[in-house]
Amino acid sequence: MSKILVIAEHSDGKLNAGVAKAVAAAQKIGGEIAVAVLAADGAAVAAQAAKLDGVAKVVVVNNAANAYPIAAVLAPQIAELAAGYTHVLFPGTTFGKDLAPRVAAKLNVQQVSDIMAVHAPNQFDRPIYAGNAITTVEAAAGTVVATVRQASFNAVGEGGSAAVETVSVSAALPSHTRFVKIEAQKSARPDLQAASRVVSGGRALGSSENFKVIYDFADKIGAGVGASRAAVDSGYVPNDMQVGQTGKIIAPELYFAIGISGAIQHLAGIKDARTIVAINKDPEAPIFEVADIGLVGDLFTVVPELQGKL
Amino acid sequence: MKVLVSVKRVVDYNVRIQVKSDGSGVVTDGVKFSMNPFDEIAMEEAVRLREKGKVTEIVAVTIGGAKNEETLRSALAFGADRAIHIKEEGEVQPLTAAKAFAAVLKKEGAQLFLCGKQAIDDDANQTGQMVASLLDIAQATFASKVEVDGAKAQITREIDAGLETLEVDLPAVVSVDLRLNEPRYLKLPDIMKAKKKPIETIGLGDVGVTAEAGTKTVKVSPPPARAKGVMVKTVDELVAALKSKGLV
Repeated sequence: MSKILVIAEHSDGKLNAGVAKAVAAAQKIGGEIAVAVLAADGAAVAAQAAKLDGVAKVVVVNNAANAYPIAAVLAPQIAELAAGYTHVLFPGTTFGKDLAPRVAAKLNVQQVSDIMAVHAPNQFDRPIYAGNAITTVEAAAGTVVATVRQASFNAVGEGGSAAVETVSVSAALPSHTRFVKIEAQKSARPDLQAASRVVSGGRALGSSENFKVIYDFADKIGAGVGASRAAVDSGYVPNDMQVGQTGKIIAPELYFAIGISGAIQHLAGIKDARTIVAINKDPEAPIFEVADIGLVGDLFTVVPELQGKL
Repeated sequence: MKVLVSVKRVVDYNVRIQVKSDGSGVVTDGVKFSMNPFDEIAMEEAVRLREKGKVTEIVAVTIGGAKNEETLRSALAFGADRAIHIKEEGEVQPLTAAKAFAAVLKKEGAQLFLCGKQAIDDDANQTGQMVASLLDIAQATFASKVEVDGAKAQITREIDAGLETLEVDLPAVVSVDLRLNEPRYLKLPDIMKAKKKPIETIGLGDVGVTAEAGTKTVKVSPPPARAKGVMVKTVDELVAALKSKGLV
Protein backbone atom coordinates (compact mmCIF):
# COMPACT_ATOMS: atom_id res chain seq x y z
CA MET A 1 0.00 0.00 0.00
CA SER A 2 1.18 3.49 -0.79
CA LYS A 3 2.26 5.79 2.02
CA ILE A 4 1.94 9.36 0.84
CA LEU A 5 3.46 12.46 2.39
CA VAL A 6 1.94 15.76 1.29
CA ILE A 7 4.04 18.83 2.04
CA ALA A 8 2.01 21.71 3.46
CA GLU A 9 2.47 25.19 2.08
CA HIS A 10 1.40 27.91 4.50
CA SER A 11 1.91 31.53 5.36
CA ASP A 12 0.86 33.65 8.33
CA GLY A 13 -0.53 30.57 10.06
CA LYS A 14 -2.85 29.73 7.17
CA LEU A 15 -2.75 26.54 5.15
CA ASN A 16 -2.51 27.22 1.42
CA ALA A 17 -5.56 26.12 -0.60
CA GLY A 18 -3.25 24.09 -2.86
CA VAL A 19 -2.62 21.54 -0.10
CA ALA A 20 -6.23 20.28 -0.18
CA LYS A 21 -5.79 19.73 -3.93
CA ALA A 22 -2.56 17.80 -3.40
CA VAL A 23 -4.42 15.66 -0.85
CA ALA A 24 -7.09 15.04 -3.51
CA ALA A 25 -4.36 13.72 -5.83
CA ALA A 26 -3.06 11.58 -2.95
CA GLN A 27 -6.53 10.09 -2.53
CA LYS A 28 -6.53 9.12 -6.21
CA ILE A 29 -3.20 7.35 -5.67
CA GLY A 30 -4.74 5.61 -2.68
CA GLY A 31 -3.13 4.59 0.59
CA GLU A 32 -2.26 6.24 3.86
CA ILE A 33 -1.95 10.01 3.64
CA ALA A 34 0.12 12.18 5.97
CA VAL A 35 0.66 15.94 5.76
CA ALA A 36 3.96 17.47 6.84
CA VAL A 37 3.98 20.97 8.32
CA LEU A 38 7.38 22.62 8.66
CA ALA A 39 7.12 25.89 10.53
CA ALA A 40 8.47 27.92 13.42
CA ASP A 41 5.33 26.96 15.31
CA GLY A 42 3.14 24.71 13.20
CA ALA A 43 0.24 24.14 15.62
CA ALA A 44 -2.31 26.37 13.87
CA VAL A 45 -1.47 25.10 10.38
CA ALA A 46 -1.45 21.49 11.61
CA ALA A 47 -4.95 21.93 13.03
CA GLN A 48 -6.18 23.05 9.61
CA ALA A 49 -4.38 20.20 7.82
CA ALA A 50 -5.84 17.68 10.30
CA LYS A 51 -9.34 18.58 9.10
CA LEU A 52 -8.68 17.69 5.47
CA ASP A 53 -10.64 14.61 4.39
CA GLY A 54 -8.50 11.54 3.85
CA VAL A 55 -5.57 12.70 5.97
CA ALA A 56 -4.58 10.07 8.55
CA LYS A 57 -1.78 11.93 10.25
CA VAL A 58 -0.19 15.38 10.42
CA VAL A 59 3.54 15.49 11.10
CA VAL A 60 4.86 18.78 12.50
CA VAL A 61 8.46 19.93 12.51
CA ASN A 62 8.90 23.05 14.64
CA ASN A 63 12.11 24.97 14.03
CA ALA A 64 12.83 28.70 14.06
CA ALA A 65 14.68 28.16 10.75
CA ASN A 66 11.31 27.30 9.18
CA ALA A 67 9.73 30.65 10.02
CA TYR A 68 9.89 31.60 6.36
CA PRO A 69 9.87 28.87 3.69
CA ILE A 70 13.26 28.60 1.97
CA ALA A 71 13.70 25.60 -0.32
CA ALA A 72 17.33 25.00 0.61
CA VAL A 73 16.38 24.86 4.31
CA LEU A 74 13.22 22.78 3.92
CA ALA A 75 14.58 20.21 1.44
CA PRO A 76 16.99 18.31 3.73
CA GLN A 77 14.29 18.09 6.42
CA ILE A 78 11.72 16.77 3.93
CA ALA A 79 14.22 14.29 2.48
CA GLU A 80 14.65 12.94 6.01
CA LEU A 81 10.90 12.83 6.68
CA ALA A 82 10.40 10.99 3.35
CA ALA A 83 11.94 7.79 4.70
CA GLY A 84 9.25 5.10 4.75
CA TYR A 85 6.97 6.95 2.33
CA THR A 86 6.32 5.79 -1.23
CA HIS A 87 5.25 9.25 -2.44
CA VAL A 88 6.08 12.85 -1.57
CA LEU A 89 3.61 15.32 -3.09
CA PHE A 90 3.80 19.10 -3.31
CA PRO A 91 1.16 21.59 -4.42
CA GLY A 92 2.10 22.79 -7.91
CA THR A 93 2.49 26.38 -6.76
CA THR A 94 5.69 28.43 -6.94
CA PHE A 95 6.43 27.05 -3.43
CA GLY A 96 6.15 23.44 -4.60
CA LYS A 97 7.88 23.99 -7.93
CA ASP A 98 10.84 25.60 -6.17
CA LEU A 99 11.12 22.96 -3.47
CA ALA A 100 10.20 19.57 -4.98
CA PRO A 101 13.21 19.16 -7.33
CA ARG A 102 15.53 20.04 -4.47
CA VAL A 103 14.02 17.16 -2.50
CA ALA A 104 14.00 14.77 -5.49
CA ALA A 105 17.72 15.33 -6.09
CA LYS A 106 18.41 14.66 -2.40
CA LEU A 107 16.52 11.38 -2.77
CA ASN A 108 18.29 10.67 -6.09
CA VAL A 109 15.05 10.26 -8.05
CA GLN A 110 13.58 11.94 -11.12
CA GLN A 111 10.57 14.09 -10.34
CA VAL A 112 7.14 14.09 -11.98
CA SER A 113 6.04 17.70 -12.49
CA ASP A 114 2.46 18.90 -12.57
CA ILE A 115 0.45 15.70 -12.35
CA MET A 116 -3.04 16.24 -13.74
CA ALA A 117 -4.45 12.71 -13.50
CA VAL A 118 -3.56 9.48 -11.68
CA HIS A 119 -3.83 6.15 -13.54
CA ALA A 120 -1.91 4.00 -11.06
CA PRO A 121 0.24 4.72 -8.00
CA ASN A 122 3.22 5.22 -10.32
CA GLN A 123 1.43 6.31 -13.52
CA PHE A 124 0.33 9.87 -14.15
CA ASP A 125 -0.72 12.30 -16.84
CA ARG A 126 1.17 15.57 -17.04
CA PRO A 127 1.10 18.46 -19.51
CA ILE A 128 4.00 19.21 -21.84
CA TYR A 129 4.38 21.99 -24.39
CA ALA A 130 2.24 24.25 -22.20
CA GLY A 131 -0.61 21.76 -22.22
CA ASN A 132 -0.65 21.40 -26.00
CA ALA A 133 0.15 17.73 -25.44
CA ILE A 134 -0.44 15.40 -22.50
CA THR A 135 2.07 12.74 -21.64
CA THR A 136 1.35 9.63 -19.62
CA VAL A 137 4.42 8.72 -17.60
CA GLU A 138 5.50 5.94 -15.31
CA ALA A 139 7.79 6.88 -12.44
CA ALA A 140 10.87 4.75 -11.89
CA ALA A 141 11.35 2.60 -8.80
CA GLY A 142 12.01 4.55 -5.62
CA THR A 143 10.17 7.37 -3.95
CA VAL A 144 7.75 9.16 -6.27
CA VAL A 145 8.32 12.91 -5.91
CA ALA A 146 5.67 14.96 -7.71
CA THR A 147 4.00 18.34 -7.87
CA VAL A 148 0.22 18.45 -8.27
CA ARG A 149 -1.28 20.68 -10.93
CA GLN A 150 -3.65 23.05 -9.17
CA ALA A 151 -6.15 23.33 -12.00
CA SER A 152 -6.65 19.56 -12.26
CA PHE A 153 -7.88 18.54 -8.81
CA ASN A 154 -10.77 19.74 -6.63
CA ALA A 155 -9.90 20.43 -3.01
CA VAL A 156 -10.95 17.72 -0.54
CA GLY A 157 -13.50 18.60 2.14
CA GLU A 158 -12.78 19.52 5.73
CA GLY A 159 -14.58 16.89 7.75
CA GLY A 160 -11.57 15.01 9.06
CA SER A 161 -9.79 14.90 12.40
CA ALA A 162 -6.34 13.43 11.88
CA ALA A 163 -3.85 12.86 14.69
CA VAL A 164 -1.12 15.50 15.00
CA GLU A 165 2.36 14.36 15.86
CA THR A 166 5.38 16.60 16.51
CA VAL A 167 8.67 15.18 15.34
CA SER A 168 12.25 16.40 15.15
CA VAL A 169 14.71 15.95 12.33
CA SER A 170 18.48 15.86 12.53
CA ALA A 171 19.38 17.10 9.04
CA ALA A 172 21.98 19.89 8.98
CA LEU A 173 20.42 23.10 7.64
CA PRO A 174 22.34 25.50 5.40
CA SER A 175 22.71 29.22 6.10
CA HIS A 176 23.63 30.28 2.54
CA THR A 177 20.12 31.51 1.74
CA ARG A 178 18.47 34.28 3.72
CA PHE A 179 15.01 35.79 3.46
CA VAL A 180 15.10 39.56 2.99
CA LYS A 181 11.54 40.67 2.28
CA ILE A 182 8.31 40.00 0.47
CA GLU A 183 6.23 42.62 -1.25
CA ALA A 184 2.76 41.14 -1.30
CA GLN A 185 0.43 42.18 -4.06
CA LYS A 186 -2.54 43.55 -2.16
CA SER A 187 -5.87 43.35 -3.84
CA ALA A 188 -9.43 43.40 -2.64
CA ARG A 189 -10.35 41.22 -5.63
CA PRO A 190 -10.42 37.43 -5.53
CA ASP A 191 -7.09 35.70 -6.11
CA LEU A 192 -6.66 34.90 -9.79
CA GLN A 193 -5.83 31.25 -9.23
CA ALA A 194 -8.57 30.59 -6.70
CA ALA A 195 -11.39 32.68 -8.22
CA SER A 196 -14.41 30.90 -9.70
CA ARG A 197 -14.86 33.80 -12.11
CA VAL A 198 -12.06 35.61 -13.93
CA VAL A 199 -12.19 38.55 -16.33
CA SER A 200 -9.09 39.16 -18.46
CA GLY A 201 -8.25 42.03 -20.74
CA GLY A 202 -5.90 42.11 -23.70
CA ARG A 203 -4.02 44.48 -25.93
CA ALA A 204 -7.26 45.91 -27.32
CA LEU A 205 -7.78 47.76 -24.03
CA GLY A 206 -5.16 50.18 -25.33
CA SER A 207 -4.02 51.71 -22.02
CA SER A 208 -3.88 51.13 -18.31
CA GLU A 209 -6.60 53.77 -17.82
CA ASN A 210 -8.91 51.86 -20.14
CA PHE A 211 -8.42 48.73 -18.01
CA LYS A 212 -10.99 50.36 -15.68
CA VAL A 213 -13.65 48.79 -17.94
CA ILE A 214 -12.29 45.37 -16.97
CA TYR A 215 -11.96 46.16 -13.25
CA ASP A 216 -15.49 47.60 -13.06
CA PHE A 217 -17.02 44.60 -14.79
CA ALA A 218 -15.01 42.17 -12.64
CA ASP A 219 -16.11 43.93 -9.45
CA LYS A 220 -19.74 43.77 -10.56
CA ILE A 221 -19.62 39.97 -10.91
CA GLY A 222 -17.12 39.32 -8.09
CA ALA A 223 -14.37 38.11 -10.41
CA GLY A 224 -10.59 38.06 -10.29
CA VAL A 225 -8.80 40.11 -12.94
CA GLY A 226 -6.21 38.78 -15.37
CA ALA A 227 -4.53 39.92 -18.56
CA SER A 228 -2.90 38.58 -21.68
CA ARG A 229 0.86 38.73 -22.08
CA ALA A 230 0.35 41.39 -24.75
CA ALA A 231 -1.42 43.63 -22.22
CA VAL A 232 1.35 43.03 -19.67
CA ASP A 233 4.10 43.67 -22.20
CA SER A 234 2.38 46.90 -23.24
CA GLY A 235 2.59 47.99 -19.61
CA TYR A 236 -1.18 48.20 -19.00
CA VAL A 237 -1.06 45.95 -15.94
CA PRO A 238 1.59 44.30 -13.72
CA ASN A 239 3.04 40.91 -14.61
CA ASP A 240 1.42 39.05 -11.73
CA MET A 241 -1.88 39.42 -13.60
CA GLN A 242 -0.59 37.53 -16.62
CA VAL A 243 -2.63 34.48 -17.63
CA GLY A 244 -0.97 32.00 -19.97
CA GLN A 245 1.92 29.65 -20.54
CA THR A 246 4.43 32.10 -19.12
CA GLY A 247 2.08 33.44 -16.45
CA LYS A 248 -0.64 31.84 -14.38
CA ILE A 249 -2.56 28.75 -15.46
CA ILE A 250 -6.12 29.03 -14.21
CA ALA A 251 -9.31 26.98 -14.18
CA PRO A 252 -12.27 29.18 -13.21
CA GLU A 253 -15.91 28.19 -13.70
CA LEU A 254 -16.43 31.23 -15.90
CA TYR A 255 -13.76 33.06 -17.89
CA PHE A 256 -14.19 36.27 -19.86
CA ALA A 257 -11.51 36.98 -22.49
CA ILE A 258 -12.04 40.60 -23.46
CA GLY A 259 -10.08 42.15 -26.30
CA ILE A 260 -7.77 39.12 -26.29
CA SER A 261 -6.90 37.64 -29.68
CA GLY A 262 -6.04 34.22 -28.23
CA ALA A 263 -2.35 33.55 -28.84
CA ILE A 264 -1.28 29.93 -28.23
CA GLN A 265 0.53 31.12 -25.14
CA HIS A 266 -2.67 32.61 -23.64
CA LEU A 267 -4.88 29.65 -24.54
CA ALA A 268 -2.45 27.36 -22.70
CA GLY A 269 -3.36 29.17 -19.48
CA ILE A 270 -7.15 28.87 -19.79
CA LYS A 271 -7.66 25.38 -21.25
CA ASP A 272 -9.24 24.11 -18.06
CA ALA A 273 -11.74 26.94 -17.64
CA ARG A 274 -15.26 25.46 -17.51
CA THR A 275 -16.89 28.14 -19.72
CA ILE A 276 -14.98 30.63 -21.84
CA VAL A 277 -16.72 33.78 -23.06
CA ALA A 278 -14.87 35.81 -25.71
CA ILE A 279 -15.60 39.39 -26.65
CA ASN A 280 -13.53 40.73 -29.53
CA LYS A 281 -14.13 43.02 -32.47
CA ASP A 282 -12.16 40.77 -34.84
CA PRO A 283 -14.39 37.86 -35.96
CA GLU A 284 -11.27 35.97 -37.09
CA ALA A 285 -9.59 36.10 -33.67
CA PRO A 286 -8.36 32.61 -32.64
CA ILE A 287 -9.98 33.06 -29.22
CA PHE A 288 -13.34 32.27 -30.86
CA GLU A 289 -12.08 28.78 -31.74
CA VAL A 290 -11.94 27.85 -28.06
CA ALA A 291 -14.74 30.05 -26.71
CA ASP A 292 -17.96 28.45 -25.53
CA ILE A 293 -19.78 31.70 -26.15
CA GLY A 294 -18.43 34.35 -28.53
CA LEU A 295 -19.58 37.86 -29.25
CA VAL A 296 -18.09 40.03 -31.98
CA GLY A 297 -18.20 43.65 -30.93
CA ASP A 298 -16.44 46.69 -29.52
CA LEU A 299 -15.53 45.88 -25.95
CA PHE A 300 -15.95 49.49 -24.86
CA THR A 301 -19.67 49.36 -25.65
CA VAL A 302 -20.33 45.64 -25.09
CA VAL A 303 -18.78 45.32 -21.64
CA PRO A 304 -20.57 48.25 -19.96
CA GLU A 305 -23.83 47.07 -21.51
CA LEU A 306 -23.24 43.54 -20.21
CA GLN A 307 -22.35 44.94 -16.82
CA GLY A 308 -25.66 46.80 -16.70
CA LYS A 309 -27.67 43.73 -17.62
CA LEU A 310 -26.16 41.27 -15.13
CA MET B 1 33.75 35.92 -11.58
CA LYS B 2 32.80 33.13 -13.91
CA VAL B 3 29.19 32.34 -14.77
CA LEU B 4 27.89 29.11 -16.26
CA VAL B 5 24.69 29.31 -18.31
CA SER B 6 22.79 26.19 -19.34
CA VAL B 7 20.90 26.36 -22.63
CA LYS B 8 18.48 23.89 -24.23
CA ARG B 9 17.41 23.34 -27.81
CA VAL B 10 13.61 23.16 -27.99
CA VAL B 11 10.81 23.34 -30.53
CA ASP B 12 10.35 27.05 -31.29
CA TYR B 13 7.65 28.68 -29.18
CA ASN B 14 5.71 29.80 -32.27
CA VAL B 15 5.26 26.25 -33.55
CA ARG B 16 1.80 24.75 -33.12
CA ILE B 17 2.58 21.38 -31.55
CA GLN B 18 1.21 18.24 -33.19
CA VAL B 19 1.08 14.91 -31.45
CA LYS B 20 2.22 11.90 -33.53
CA SER B 21 -0.63 9.59 -34.44
CA ASP B 22 1.10 6.60 -32.79
CA GLY B 23 1.28 8.48 -29.48
CA SER B 24 5.05 8.18 -29.26
CA GLY B 25 5.69 11.91 -28.99
CA VAL B 26 5.23 15.18 -30.82
CA VAL B 27 6.15 15.86 -34.44
CA THR B 28 9.68 17.28 -34.63
CA ASP B 29 10.59 16.51 -38.26
CA GLY B 30 10.70 19.66 -40.34
CA VAL B 31 9.89 21.76 -37.29
CA LYS B 32 11.82 24.89 -36.33
CA PHE B 33 13.97 24.61 -33.22
CA SER B 34 15.52 27.43 -31.21
CA MET B 35 17.03 28.18 -27.84
CA ASN B 36 14.55 27.81 -24.98
CA PRO B 37 13.23 31.40 -24.56
CA PHE B 38 13.88 31.39 -20.80
CA ASP B 39 17.49 30.36 -21.46
CA GLU B 40 17.85 33.36 -23.77
CA ILE B 41 16.90 35.52 -20.79
CA ALA B 42 19.56 33.72 -18.71
CA MET B 43 22.17 34.37 -21.44
CA GLU B 44 21.13 38.02 -21.68
CA GLU B 45 21.47 38.43 -17.90
CA ALA B 46 24.95 36.91 -17.95
CA VAL B 47 25.99 39.39 -20.65
CA ARG B 48 24.47 42.32 -18.73
CA LEU B 49 26.34 41.26 -15.57
CA ARG B 50 29.55 41.31 -17.60
CA GLU B 51 28.68 44.75 -18.99
CA LYS B 52 28.28 45.92 -15.37
CA GLY B 53 31.73 44.54 -14.59
CA LYS B 54 30.43 41.82 -12.26
CA VAL B 55 31.32 38.90 -14.53
CA THR B 56 34.59 38.20 -16.31
CA GLU B 57 33.84 34.98 -18.15
CA ILE B 58 30.66 33.42 -19.52
CA VAL B 59 30.59 29.70 -20.29
CA ALA B 60 27.54 28.16 -21.97
CA VAL B 61 26.74 24.50 -21.44
CA THR B 62 24.22 22.11 -22.97
CA ILE B 63 23.53 18.41 -22.95
CA GLY B 64 22.12 16.44 -25.87
CA GLY B 65 22.72 15.24 -29.41
CA ALA B 66 24.83 16.70 -32.21
CA LYS B 67 22.21 19.27 -33.26
CA ASN B 68 22.53 21.03 -29.91
CA GLU B 69 25.68 22.61 -31.24
CA GLU B 70 23.44 25.17 -33.03
CA THR B 71 22.08 26.27 -29.67
CA LEU B 72 25.58 26.66 -28.28
CA ARG B 73 26.45 28.80 -31.34
CA SER B 74 23.49 31.05 -30.46
CA ALA B 75 24.79 31.28 -26.89
CA LEU B 76 28.22 32.23 -28.23
CA ALA B 77 26.58 34.86 -30.45
CA PHE B 78 24.83 36.26 -27.36
CA GLY B 79 28.25 36.74 -25.85
CA ALA B 80 29.40 33.54 -24.18
CA ASP B 81 33.21 33.27 -24.34
CA ARG B 82 33.22 29.53 -24.85
CA ALA B 83 30.88 26.57 -24.67
CA ILE B 84 30.78 23.02 -23.42
CA HIS B 85 28.72 20.39 -25.21
CA ILE B 86 27.99 17.30 -23.16
CA LYS B 87 27.13 14.99 -26.00
CA GLU B 88 24.43 12.43 -25.31
CA GLU B 89 22.27 11.13 -28.13
CA GLY B 90 19.79 9.33 -25.86
CA GLU B 91 16.98 10.90 -23.86
CA VAL B 92 18.25 13.14 -21.08
CA GLN B 93 16.06 13.58 -18.03
CA PRO B 94 16.39 16.48 -15.57
CA LEU B 95 18.30 14.65 -12.82
CA THR B 96 20.86 13.37 -15.32
CA ALA B 97 21.28 16.85 -16.83
CA ALA B 98 21.58 18.31 -13.33
CA LYS B 99 24.29 15.83 -12.32
CA ALA B 100 26.27 16.66 -15.44
CA PHE B 101 25.85 20.44 -15.01
CA ALA B 102 26.76 20.21 -11.31
CA ALA B 103 29.98 18.40 -12.23
CA VAL B 104 30.84 21.06 -14.85
CA LEU B 105 30.00 23.87 -12.41
CA LYS B 106 32.34 22.38 -9.84
CA LYS B 107 35.13 21.73 -12.33
CA GLU B 108 34.89 25.25 -13.78
CA GLY B 109 34.67 26.87 -10.35
CA ALA B 110 31.86 29.13 -11.60
CA GLN B 111 30.23 31.32 -8.96
CA LEU B 112 26.87 31.61 -10.64
CA PHE B 113 24.75 29.09 -12.56
CA LEU B 114 22.05 30.75 -14.64
CA CYS B 115 19.28 28.85 -16.40
CA GLY B 116 15.71 29.35 -17.59
CA LYS B 117 13.02 28.59 -15.01
CA GLN B 118 11.78 25.81 -17.28
CA ALA B 119 12.18 24.54 -20.82
CA ILE B 120 9.08 25.02 -22.94
CA ASP B 121 9.14 21.46 -24.28
CA ASP B 122 8.90 19.22 -21.21
CA ASP B 123 7.91 22.08 -18.84
CA ALA B 124 9.67 20.19 -16.05
CA ASN B 125 11.06 23.16 -14.10
CA GLN B 126 13.53 20.97 -12.20
CA THR B 127 17.10 21.12 -13.47
CA GLY B 128 18.30 24.32 -11.77
CA GLN B 129 16.94 23.32 -8.37
CA MET B 130 18.52 19.88 -8.74
CA VAL B 131 21.93 21.35 -9.59
CA ALA B 132 21.76 23.46 -6.42
CA SER B 133 20.59 20.51 -4.35
CA LEU B 134 23.34 18.18 -5.59
CA LEU B 135 26.00 20.76 -4.69
CA ASP B 136 24.27 21.92 -1.49
CA ILE B 137 24.46 25.53 -2.68
CA ALA B 138 21.88 28.32 -2.67
CA GLN B 139 19.09 28.57 -5.22
CA ALA B 140 16.77 31.36 -6.27
CA THR B 141 14.14 30.35 -8.82
CA PHE B 142 11.83 32.58 -10.91
CA ALA B 143 14.21 35.54 -10.70
CA SER B 144 12.98 38.93 -11.88
CA LYS B 145 15.99 40.88 -10.57
CA VAL B 146 19.59 39.82 -9.96
CA GLU B 147 22.09 41.99 -8.08
CA VAL B 148 25.56 40.58 -7.53
CA ASP B 149 27.64 42.15 -4.77
CA GLY B 150 30.99 40.49 -4.13
CA ALA B 151 30.47 37.02 -2.69
CA LYS B 152 26.72 37.56 -2.31
CA ALA B 153 23.73 38.24 -4.49
CA GLN B 154 20.26 39.64 -3.90
CA ILE B 155 17.61 37.99 -6.02
CA THR B 156 14.02 39.10 -6.41
CA ARG B 157 11.71 36.20 -7.18
CA GLU B 158 8.25 36.21 -8.75
CA ILE B 159 6.20 33.93 -6.52
CA ASP B 160 2.44 33.45 -6.16
CA ALA B 161 2.27 35.79 -3.17
CA GLY B 162 4.17 38.63 -4.84
CA LEU B 163 7.81 39.61 -5.10
CA GLU B 164 10.20 37.91 -2.69
CA THR B 165 13.80 38.97 -2.14
CA LEU B 166 16.44 36.49 -1.02
CA GLU B 167 20.08 37.06 -0.20
CA VAL B 168 22.31 34.17 -1.24
CA ASP B 169 25.98 33.35 -0.77
CA LEU B 170 27.79 32.47 -3.99
CA PRO B 171 28.11 30.05 -5.64
CA ALA B 172 24.41 29.93 -6.32
CA VAL B 173 21.90 28.75 -8.89
CA VAL B 174 19.51 31.33 -10.31
CA SER B 175 16.64 30.31 -12.57
CA VAL B 176 15.23 33.22 -14.49
CA ASP B 177 11.68 34.31 -15.22
CA LEU B 178 10.18 36.32 -18.03
CA ARG B 179 10.38 39.74 -16.38
CA LEU B 180 14.14 39.72 -15.76
CA ASN B 181 15.12 41.29 -19.08
CA GLU B 182 14.39 41.39 -22.77
CA PRO B 183 17.02 39.43 -24.71
CA ARG B 184 18.81 41.35 -27.46
CA TYR B 185 18.46 40.49 -31.12
CA LEU B 186 21.52 38.67 -32.38
CA LYS B 187 23.41 40.72 -34.97
CA LEU B 188 25.13 39.19 -37.97
CA PRO B 189 28.67 40.20 -36.88
CA ASP B 190 28.09 38.50 -33.52
CA ILE B 191 26.79 35.37 -35.26
CA MET B 192 29.89 35.36 -37.48
CA LYS B 193 32.18 35.90 -34.50
CA ALA B 194 30.49 33.03 -32.66
CA LYS B 195 31.61 30.61 -35.38
CA LYS B 196 35.20 31.10 -34.30
CA LYS B 197 34.64 30.66 -30.58
CA PRO B 198 35.60 27.33 -29.01
CA ILE B 199 33.14 24.54 -28.21
CA GLU B 200 34.53 21.73 -26.08
CA THR B 201 32.74 18.43 -26.63
CA ILE B 202 32.72 15.91 -23.81
CA GLY B 203 30.69 12.85 -22.85
CA LEU B 204 28.68 12.08 -19.73
CA GLY B 205 31.46 9.71 -18.68
CA ASP B 206 33.94 12.61 -18.71
CA VAL B 207 31.98 14.24 -15.88
CA GLY B 208 31.48 10.94 -14.07
CA VAL B 209 27.74 10.66 -14.74
CA THR B 210 25.79 7.72 -16.16
CA ALA B 211 22.53 8.30 -18.00
CA GLU B 212 20.02 6.53 -15.83
CA ALA B 213 16.59 5.17 -16.59
CA GLY B 214 14.07 7.43 -14.95
CA THR B 215 10.55 8.33 -15.82
CA LYS B 216 9.16 6.25 -18.68
CA THR B 217 6.89 7.83 -21.26
CA VAL B 218 3.92 5.52 -21.80
CA LYS B 219 2.22 7.68 -24.42
CA VAL B 220 1.67 11.22 -25.60
CA SER B 221 -1.82 12.38 -26.51
CA PRO B 222 -3.41 15.59 -27.69
CA PRO B 223 -5.29 17.52 -25.01
CA PRO B 224 -9.04 16.87 -24.84
CA ALA B 225 -10.80 19.03 -27.42
CA ARG B 226 -13.27 21.60 -26.21
CA ALA B 227 -16.86 21.27 -27.38
CA LYS B 228 -17.75 23.63 -30.21
CA GLY B 229 -19.02 26.94 -28.89
CA VAL B 230 -21.79 29.23 -30.04
CA MET B 231 -21.62 32.75 -31.41
CA VAL B 232 -24.16 35.25 -30.13
CA LYS B 233 -25.01 38.52 -31.84
CA THR B 234 -26.10 40.79 -29.01
CA VAL B 235 -25.45 41.37 -25.33
CA ASP B 236 -29.01 40.20 -24.59
CA GLU B 237 -28.26 36.89 -26.27
CA LEU B 238 -25.04 36.64 -24.29
CA VAL B 239 -26.89 37.23 -21.03
CA ALA B 240 -29.48 34.62 -22.02
CA ALA B 241 -26.76 32.10 -22.88
CA LEU B 242 -25.04 32.66 -19.53
CA LYS B 243 -28.36 32.31 -17.71
CA SER B 244 -29.22 29.08 -19.54
CA LYS B 245 -25.91 27.62 -18.36
CA GLY B 246 -26.70 28.71 -14.80
CA LEU B 247 -23.60 30.88 -14.72
CA VAL B 248 -25.24 34.14 -13.67
